[in-house]
Amino acid sequence: MSTTSTRGLARPAPVKAAPAGPRRGLRGSPTFNFWLFTGPFLTGLAIFVYAPILWSLWLSFFEARFTVTPDTFVGFDNYTYMLTNDDFVGSLGTFTAFAAFIVPTTWALSLSLALLVNRLRFMRAFFRSVFFLPTACSYVAASLIWKMSIFSGVRFGLMNTVLGWFGIENIAWLVDPDPPWYWLVIVSARLWLQAGFYMILFIAALQNIPGELYEAAAIDGAEPGWQTFRYITLPQLRATSTAVILLLLIAAYQAFDEFYNLLSKTTWGRPPLVELYYKALGESQDYGAGSAGAVILTVLICAVTLLQGRFLGFGRGEESK
Amino acid sequence: MSAMSNSNWSRRSLFRAAAGMAAAGSLAACGGNNGRGGGSGSGVALTQYFHAYGEQGTEQAVKKYAKAYDKAAVTTQWITSADFESKLFATLLTDNAPDLFEFHPQIQLIKSGQVADLTDVIAPVKDDFNPADITSHTVDGKIYGVRMIDDPQFFFYRRSLLEKAKVDVPTTLDELAEAAARLTTGKVKGLYMGDDLHSVIDTMIWSAGADHLTEKNEIAYHTPGVIEGIKKMRELFTSGHLLLGAPTASWDPSSLNQGLCAIQFCGMWAMPAIQTALGDDWGVFPFPKTIDSGKQSVYNGGWSMFVNAKGKNVEAAKEYVKWLWIDEKKYQEEWATSFGFHIPPRTSIARTATKLKSGNAAEGVRLFNEFGHFDNIAWTQAMRTSLEDVFANSVRKDMDPEAALDKADTAVDRELKKLFG
Repeated sequence: MSTTSTRGLARPAPVKAAPAGPRRGLRGSPTFNFWLFTGPFLTGLAIFVYAPILWSLWLSFFEARFTVTPDTFVGFDNYTYMLTNDDFVGSLGTFTAFAAFIVPTTWALSLSLALLVNRLRFMRAFFRSVFFLPTACSYVAASLIWKMSIFSGVRFGLMNTVLGWFGIENIAWLVDPDPPWYWLVIVSARLWLQAGFYMILFIAALQNIPGELYEAAAIDGAEPGWQTFRYITLPQLRATSTAVILLLLIAAYQAFDEFYNLLSKTTWGRPPLVELYYKALGESQDYGAGSAGAVILTVLICAVTLLQGRFLGFGRGEESK
Repeated sequence: MSAMSNSNWSRRSLFRAAAGMAAAGSLAACGGNNGRGGGSGSGVALTQYFHAYGEQGTEQAVKKYAKAYDKAAVTTQWITSADFESKLFATLLTDNAPDLFEFHPQIQLIKSGQVADLTDVIAPVKDDFNPADITSHTVDGKIYGVRMIDDPQFFFYRRSLLEKAKVDVPTTLDELAEAAARLTTGKVKGLYMGDDLHSVIDTMIWSAGADHLTEKNEIAYHTPGVIEGIKKMRELFTSGHLLLGAPTASWDPSSLNQGLCAIQFCGMWAMPAIQTALGDDWGVFPFPKTIDSGKQSVYNGGWSMFVNAKGKNVEAAKEYVKWLWIDEKKYQEEWATSFGFHIPPRTSIARTATKLKSGNAAEGVRLFNEFGHFDNIAWTQAMRTSLEDVFANSVRKDMDPEAALDKADTAVDRELKKLFG
């Protein structure tokens, strides 16, 4: 406040302020500073994000095979091709099923882990770290461990060894799609990698719930356990839950690494990004069709995000409660 | 106030220094490890791509040859084989494209102007090459690649295991399924053809009396024989007698060597490794007849050198190809027989390759000559992928083969139309 009043007092003497302008020159001007600090970021954004998006949009209207500088304009041909392509449309279905399963499962698992760890009286830091550590592991490394040692199809794979103790035949987890055991592999890898991170978010939120609320509830006769959890803890975690669900959905949209590494040369279990990778960048090198698919996917993601904002009310603030 | 602005300025100059250093760092990074620095000879620098051969000493050999060349500095990129195609195809579109690379003859590379015409490089020794290796690299009378090695692919089996189970070497697909069943015991699976079974697609088609394309480049794989073959493969896949989910891919003989399976589909290159592991307890046989009216077959794969037509040093790259893969016969022989076994495409070298004259190696050469089918240059990677999808859908999954082939037809026709109009 005092600064404002000082400036207010200084204002009647513009003669003094005027020479300051030219002396400070361009360097001192807020505009220059704005561009100095945002410039590098914006340049990067323009070169590495917007230019490729626009280029991709342009490519999607061309016959672009084995080239990214095509000259045959084909109108909406690539779009009709992608929209009538079973594999691409099927991949959208695969993704929906995957997201519908993985989002609530990860949410529930990380919340339960958080509740468990939060109730510990000793070694809390240890367990927190143990559950959080997998987050530091890369998806590719985890997929390889899952594929080569835990879910290897031969008799000395970890899971097959365990099954062997009970006299159950070896299962080719990732090779034979019937029954679709590959989902178990993918889902368990993803849960292992992700749950710890969201657990930390939930622990932070749990520690923010004031103890008075629980005391008050206890005095009012709420039973500890389910009733307290349902009517006190869960509503208090609403904001965090919403954020976690949003983050999980985004992570599901971006699912690529473990699908690509675990399921090579399949026609099933391909989310859209993997499908597009094979279409555009892999061996077919059809950049036109691939770009058309990318544009379709972008439009879909925008639509879903907008709808989600409406339903979950993310960013609407406290007053909406 | 002045003190504050001073600290502002120093902070700012600190930022500027940091930015400068970062810029300098990224520039320096551009200079490093791209294979263009240093360089001997006349200052021309070439980059070549090789897929990672599994045999010991191969990488060192390729680098040794490159070092022995004095007219250009040749750097080698040794790329994991699972990523080779995608990495090659993607970089060919960029400025970082290799000047020369090994691959298989595929017409889309020629139609899109990505590989250079090597007719004049090969011309003087054209007659010394296996005629099939010339044909498979020729489009409209021009030759686009120099074959380095021919790699026939067939089944390898453990003699003692077949004798113990009283199983004869199979000559039909039904017998192969029967053999796989009888050879499967608690610890050993009967047969290994890779997890996706892709390496036997081509031979299964030929052994059904069909082919990929007709001479006029029309679809030729969609026959009742092939459909029957797919159904038999599906039965085999679900029988529980195949080794699935093995730690190594089928191009690696480890599964056979370690006793995980009794029969494995692999290639000629694996012979030295198998000999070391199993002594003389092994033999080879071609892909059996898919249907009774079919014929046994062998896929004569292999690798060829191509020159990137859009590279900066096309002439220098051609010179290098000519020097190493046409003139330097000693290196060519070493490359073909000193690590894995490959059949030299040059008859003059094949004639003197003593390692291929006896035992199973000689048998491999016989199968190559008697049952071998070479690459069809018109059969492109995208078409390959369509048939791989057929196997994924109808062998690993239970889609109707007819429907799966129809789907492949659509994709292949789309390719054919783009290539040949």
